[in-house]
This record gives sequence, C-alpha cells and structure tokens, in this order.
Amino acid sequence: MSTIAALPGLVSLVAEGTDNPRADFSDTPLWLSLVKALIIFVYLLVSTLLVIWFERRVIGRMQQRPGPNRNGPFGLLQTLADGMKSMLKEDVRPKAADAFVFTLAPLITATMCFVSFSIMPLAGEVSMFGHTTPFQLTDTPIAVLLVLAVAGVGIYGVVLAGWSSGSPYPLMGGLRASAQMISYEIAMGLSLVAVFLYAGSMSTSQIVSAQSGLWFVVPAFFSFFVYVITMVGETNRLPFDLAEGEGELTGGFHTEYGSMRFAMFFLGEYINMFTVAALATTMFLGGWQAPPGIAAINDGMFNEGWWGLLWFTAKLWMFMFVFVWLRGSLPRVRYDQFMRFGWKFLIPATLAWVVLVAFFRAGQNGWLGGTVDVAGRSFPVVSLALVGIIAALALAGGWMWDARVERREARLHPHVPDEIDPYAGGHPVPPMPGQRLREPSLTAPALTSRPDTEEATRG
Amino acid sequence: MEGYLAVAAVVLAGVLLVTAAMVARRLVAPRAVTAAGRTTYESGVDPVGTGWAQSQVRYLSFAFLYVVFAVDAVYLFPWALVLRDSSLGLASLVEVLVFVGVVLLGLVHAARRGLLRWDLR
Repeated sequence: MSTIAALPGLVSLVAEGTDNPRADFSDTPLWLSLVKALIIFVYLLVSTLLVIWFERRVIGRMQQRPGPNRNGPFGLLQTLADGMKSMLKEDVRPKAADAFVFTLAPLITATMCFVSFSIMPLAGEVSMFGHTTPFQLTDTPIAVLLVLAVAGVGIYGVVLAGWSSGSPYPLMGGLRASAQMISYEIAMGLSLVAVFLYAGSMSTSQIVSAQSGLWFVVPAFFSFFVYVITMVGETNRLPFDLAEGEGELTGGFHTEYGSMRFAMFFLGEYINMFTVAALATTMFLGGWQAPPGIAAINDGMFNEGWWGLLWFTAKLWMFMFVFVWLRGSLPRVRYDQFMRFGWKFLIPATLAWVVLVAFFRAGQNGWLGGTVDVAGRSFPVVSLALVGIIAALALAGGWMWDARVERREARLHPHVPDEIDPYAGGHPVPPMPGQRLREPSLTAPALTSRPDTEEATRG
Repeated sequence: MEGYLAVAAVVLAGVLLVTAAMVARRLVAPRAVTAAGRTTYESGVDPVGTGWAQSQVRYLSFAFLYVVFAVDAVYLFPWALVLRDSSLGLASLVEVLVFVGVVLLGLVHAARRGLLRWDLR
C-alpha cells in the first residue's frame, strides 16, 4: 500500500530532475572530452610531482633541516629524479610471490586513483576551443557513490599486494590495511549522507551549485570533522599509516616491491590524497567557487570561467598542507586504538548525526510543527527543540563523565590525611610524603616508659 | 550513459599509462636475477618458514561488521535523496530512525560482547 502511494512521489522526483547533474555537456564533442581527460591526467601527474617535493620541503622545514634542494631550482625536480631512478632500478620479484597477482596489484592501485577525478568539477563553465563546457570530464546522478566505489576497488591493490608477496610482513600489512580502510570507508560514506541531505543530490556539479549560498562545512560541520579524520585513515597517511608501519612491519604491504612497481604504489597513494582532498573540497568547501568575500567582488566576477580552477587548486593544496602538517606533528597511533576510535566513536556518532540532520531538514520543510521567530529569523520548532535536547544531553553526559573521572581519580589516589597519628595501629608507622605527625601522641605509649634505672642496673 | 563511457575511458587510459611505465622499465632497467636476490625479505636474515602466517581471526569479525554497515550505508544513500519529497519524507524519516536504532543496537551488542576489542584480555 505504502509503495503504491509512494510511486507518484518518485515519478515526480524523477521528472523534477534535481538529482541530475547541473553540468551541461550538450556543447561538448567527444574530442573535447578527450582533451579534458588529458588535462586531468597532466594536472594529476604534475600535482603529484609537486606534492612529493612540497611534502619533503615542508617536513624538512618543520624538522629544522633544508630538505631536497639540489635538483633544479629549490629542488623542484627531485621527484623527477627519483622517478628516473626507480625506472632504472632492477625489478626483483621474490620466488615465493604469485607472479600474476603480484603484477596486477600495483596496476589496480595506480589505475583506480585516476578514475575518481573524472567526476570532480575543477571549474565551472569554461570556454575551450570555441565550445562552452563545464570543466569536469563527466557527471552522473550518483557521481559521489562512484568515488566511494572506486576507492573500494583501490583497496584491492593493497590487499592483493600483501597477499601475493608470499611473505609475512606484507601479509600482515595487507590485512591491516584492508580492515582499516573498510572501517574508515563506512564512516566516510556515512559522513557524506548529511551532505546529500542538504544538497538533495549525489551529483558533484549539483552539490557545488547548492553551496553557492553557504558552504556545507557550516551546516554539516560534524560531517566535515569526521570526513577529515577518515580521509587520513583512508589514504594510509600518518598518523594512520598502520599498513606500512615501518617500526613493526618494515614496509607493510609493499615490502617486497621495488623499482617501478613500488613507484606505482607511491603514485597511487599521492593521487589518492588529491582525490580525497578534492572530494572534501567539492562536498564541504564549495568546490571551485570563490571564498565568500572574494565571490562578492564585482558581481561574482571571480566565480566565472577559469577562475574556478584557481580556487579549486588552492583548496586542494590547503588539504595537502594539512596532510603534511599532520605527518610532521603526530606520532603513529596504535592499531587497537585506531580501530576502537573508528568503530566505537566515528561510526555510531556519524549515524546519529545523519538522523539528526534528517530531522533538521524535515523541520526546514515544515513537516514537524511551525516556526519560531528569533531575532528576525525564523527557525523550525523541531530544530530548536532538538538543539535544546542535545544541549541537555551533552550537559548531562559531561556531568556523568566528570563524575566518573572524579571517582576514578579518587580510586587511584585515596585520600591521605594531612596529619597522622604514628601509633594509631599500635606500632609506629612512618608518615607518607607531605604528612605531618600529630604531636604529641596521646595514645602512644610513652617513649621512655622504662625507668632509666633498668638500663643502669642491666649494665 | 556517456558519463560511464568517459569513466571507462579514464580506466583504460590509466591502464595504458601504467603498462607503458612498466614496459619502459622493462626496456631500460638492468636484469641480473640471482637466487639470493629472489628470496623473501625478512629484515636481512634468511627467511624462516613459508610466506603464510596465521593471523588473528579478529579481522574476519571486522569483515562481517563491515558488510552490515556497508549495507546500512547503501540504504541511507537513496533515502537521503527521497527525504525532500513530502509524501515519502516523514514516513521514511521515522522508518530510518528505527532502522538506524536497530543497527546501532547491534553495534552496541557487538561492543559489549568484546568483538571490537583488539586485545583478548
């Protein structure tokens, strides 16, 4: 019954077409798509070359050493030199390794990392060779799901590399990586649901245009918080690089890999960093749109055409700096702590947050009671009530937490009186540090109970 | 549909790029295969046993939990888009509240039974 009632609603949704991409590809011939694909590949490869240099220089600065500065100006060509070196190295495949899967694994990682970028809007409408076209290769009604799916396939590269190496270190690294990445991928996917609720679409161009008024980092702040944590976990970066963990697993899943095959994993890791950062930019930071102040200049001049690429790249590199900053300042977490954090905090908290956002949205649609006017703006009653309930719950939770901490403190450090009676138990007890003796002790036997004469008579 | 064609083309281009890199490496890199060079790396000592090692069954339980929550997330994605429709929205909101509640209850149960603890103490 309910499904029949629901059908007209679904039909109207499809007819509305708000799910569908906003980007209009009608003026984009096939050859132009190929050009755009080429531009994306070049953009990603150049960014990778730069980011490896950037990371080493910034880490060097943080650790008070120069970092690579020999090849080219400021050492800019260092990554190119490293790439040439890995190209010229002998490729060693261990005898114990499974030949086919061992070759396939880096191929999967290095191939899949490019795919997600095909749906990222790098800029708005640009004019390219006489055609007006959105600067993104393609867009689908479920574009963001495609990114999550591709990330899921990319994990196979790591798992298969660990499995096929025929060695315990990579096997452990691969297992860890798979458990880690699938755990954090759940929290990542759930954190994006709140964005879908606000945007009403999963198409990246639609999500970006939905943020023209307010970036989703503000209403979905908790999702952004969770996403930033999970994107570090998902890309195996410090402090969550447990799959590689040099201290305990030598190199983790890529211990047995060398030369170009290793370089492929390296490339995959860095492009994955760009992918998750680009998704964060698109979902939470307004994508290619100019920052609020600049967007208002001259009737949105800086939101037009190729300017978008500048803002997008700037936001992307901001995330890159955060990645490097984290690596420079935080130690690696322990594996059990990492999994506990993911399963006991991130996933349940994000689920609850999604339900909460859904109620906020329902309140904005006016389904759950009226609105109240506060300071010239009207708020739905249900949202205010929910905020009140959460504030009360947070207060109560904080109070209970404090009480628990206090009890534990009390158990760990039992109360020590300032002053003790050294003879209370019948025999003399020395004072604890900081304690005073109660003097004179009335209950104590007199220290000189025996008459001096005894001493004298004994002798 | 053209959208997915473009994605497939990017996959193909990626495969080509990686294959080209591999072939170039094959052409320029030296080859001097020795028996010692092909042994498994175990921090410089001779490898002990085979490459297979027993590992914790714990990973398996996380895999099961992953399936539960991945399916949960898959249900939430389409729901997020349906919610704006007034004839479906409110009913689906309550239903999802119940659904998420049941799933969270399952997670709490797993946590209380010690499934999420890494150390077996």
